[in-house]
Amino acid sequence: MKTTLEQMARQIAAAVPRDRPVAVVGIRRRGEVLAGRLMPLLEQAGAPPEHHGALDITLYRDDLTAIGPNAVVRKTEIDFDVTDTWLVLVDDVLYTGRSVRAALDALIDLGRPMAIRLAVLVDRGRRELPIQPDFVGLTIKTEADSNINVKLQEVDGIDEVELE
Amino acid sequence: MTRPTGEKPVWTRKHLLRLAELSREEILFILDTAESFKEVSTRSVKKVPALRGRVVVNMFFEESTRTRMSFTLAAQRLSADVIDFSAKVSSTTKGESLRDTARNIEAMGVDIMIVRHSAAGAPLLLTEAVDCCIINAGDGQHAHPTQALLDLFTIREIKGRIEGLNVAIVGDIAHSRVARSNLQGLLKLGASLTLVGPPTLVPRNFEQLGARVVHDFDAILPEMDVINMLRIQRERITSNVFPSVREYVQLFGMNRQRHARCKPDVLIMHPGPVNRGVELAADIADGPSSSILRQVTNGLAVRMAVLFLCQQAASATPGGT
Repeated sequence: MKTTLEQMARQIAAAVPRDRPVAVVGIRRRGEVLAGRLMPLLEQAGAPPEHHGALDITLYRDDLTAIGPNAVVRKTEIDFDVTDTWLVLVDDVLYTGRSVRAALDALIDLGRPMAIRLAVLVDRGRRELPIQPDFVGLTIKTEADSNINVKLQEVDGIDEVELE
Repeated sequence: MTRPTGEKPVWTRKHLLRLAELSREEILFILDTAESFKEVSTRSVKKVPALRGRVVVNMFFEESTRTRMSFTLAAQRLSADVIDFSAKVSSTTKGESLRDTARNIEAMGVDIMIVRHSAAGAPLLLTEAVDCCIINAGDGQHAHPTQALLDLFTIREIKGRIEGLNVAIVGDIAHSRVARSNLQGLLKLGASLTLVGPPTLVPRNFEQLGARVVHDFDAILPEMDVINMLRIQRERITSNVFPSVREYVQLFGMNRQRHARCKPDVLIMHPGPVNRGVELAADIADGPSSSILRQVTNGLAVRMAVLFLCQQAASATPGGT
């Protein structure tokens, strides 16, 4: 996983504009952890981001009615102005694209970034919305009935990508 | 975020009637959720789409300005549509007509009713009459759960904890729904609670609920971490349970002299609106120990959390608890 993240950091660093503040924002919860890991890697790659934040998208989900009391609202912690930043949105798995849609709506309520780019550790395909990633760690073709579990040391006690 | 599968949701109630029936865990879950909602009010777009397409009705059978506005704004920040119903009900038309009114309003497609009524138990009655969520915004002398929740939220935010704090509530405890709801919440979260006021307004039987009853305010000042000064209701002042205003101010008013005997970091709370110079001297109300405006700000976040959680519980369990 370390190598994959380093490789993603290099891709991002190569794309970073030199004249804009760069922000890395992770979607809670595993995207947030990955964003945290990307910070020092981006610095090593010569593109240290100015800002770092975490985004909770619960209130923007399109399936709130379906998930009912299982919705847990966590804090969005973005203590900088997103307006005019070059913002990298980070998540663990890109699947239907619905989480990213929710995240884009949430970000735009916070301000007007100059650009938003999407970085995901795993792209498992099977999109339901017209959303594509800009930076991808792994691409895994999956069936609808299979499952990709990204486990991270900080949350799950182990780093692994599991295909079920 | 969603809860991991297999884990039981903490909040499954579609109604919020009183803190007495909530567990410590449920109360803390509301406070934690409210913390997340507080951030929404700091954004450039102070709105989230969580209750888009839902209809919230304010049913206030008793006057209120700030609670009604707070609930309205909370619902609007969640993108709900809000309608207002107000009525002054005569005692002869209670019961049947309350039920009928609610059913008629519900028939318009309402999801959440926020109910304030001078009769204790009116919100509970409505849970049996209609299917939508009922949020108690104050019923008689019974309960005012969102006020207590915002008080707990404010204490926790400023003091960092509630457990182990010495908290005093001062004033007309006997007739106060704010005091009753605060008592339930504070005791459940492990505060040590002292009720203060003249014997006619603070009966000894409150000790059975687990609070200490004290009639000498001055004696307890130095030990208190939080002092919540209740509003003296004008209608009580003329009744014979109430001492003269002058005597009340002398014995139970928070003023500069009393404040000087408190801990330096004492937190002075008040549910508003303040009778300046009666329960609270103006310089204390506006001073650095006072959390009055903070309470109002936090009320918004707490009410957003309550509306959201009850609606989420209702959407998954039609006809549930």
